[in-house]
Amino acid sequence: MYLARVIGRVVVTQVYPGLEGVALQWIQPLDERGEDMGEALVACAAIASGPGDFVHYVDGREGALACPETYVPVDAAITGFIEEAAVLGETIDRVRYLTEEVR
Amino acid sequence: MFLADVVGTVVSPVQTPALDGQTLLLLRPVTPDGRPTAKTRVAVDRVQAGVGDRVLVLDEGNGGRQILGDPKAPVKTIIIGVVDYVEKGEELAYDHTNALPLTKLGERS
Repeated sequence: MYLARVIGRVVVTQVYPGLEGVALQWIQPLDERGEDMGEALVACAAIASGPGDFVHYVDGREGALACPETYVPVDAAITGFIEEAAVLGETIDRVRYLTEEVR
Repeated sequence: MFLADVVGTVVSPVQTPALDGQTLLLLRPVTPDGRPTAKTRVAVDRVQAGVGDRVLVLDEGNGGRQILGDPKAPVKTIIIGVVDYVEKGEELAYDHTNALPLTKLGERS
């Protein structure tokens, strides 16, 4: 699992059977300093998250297991909402993600 | 499996049901001599590890689900051991009793 920030939503009408109604969100992985780590990607949302939220996501086959239908072509899914992440006792500031302009 | 330094904690009140009650820690994968090797990740802790520990991490879905006892858990990164020491040939590459504290960037000073 990795840390990420939700930066947008993706709306898809024609989807593979089993993925209807599954929210897709555009997320930016973050490192332990809260800075961008690698390229942004699209993930299924297993929880009710939205742009600006600080989340963790799982990649690979496990992404599909977080979806309502588990035999679906999914390789990343948001698995939880993060209230607070602290590195060596210092909080990675969530407020920063909420107030920062969504790209 | 790989080695990682535990650099932080993650509090997640809303998450997929399989993760409820599990401790999440922030990891930085490292070589035995402490150089970062891969992306920072979040792992489920099953061995009561803490910040500053060097740990052994499993990053494979099937084993992860077996450990959690849930065949549909969307989990693959799990901390499965706390490292005491690592030998490289005849020498100690890492010894927890003599390890330096982690710095803010997650590296050992």
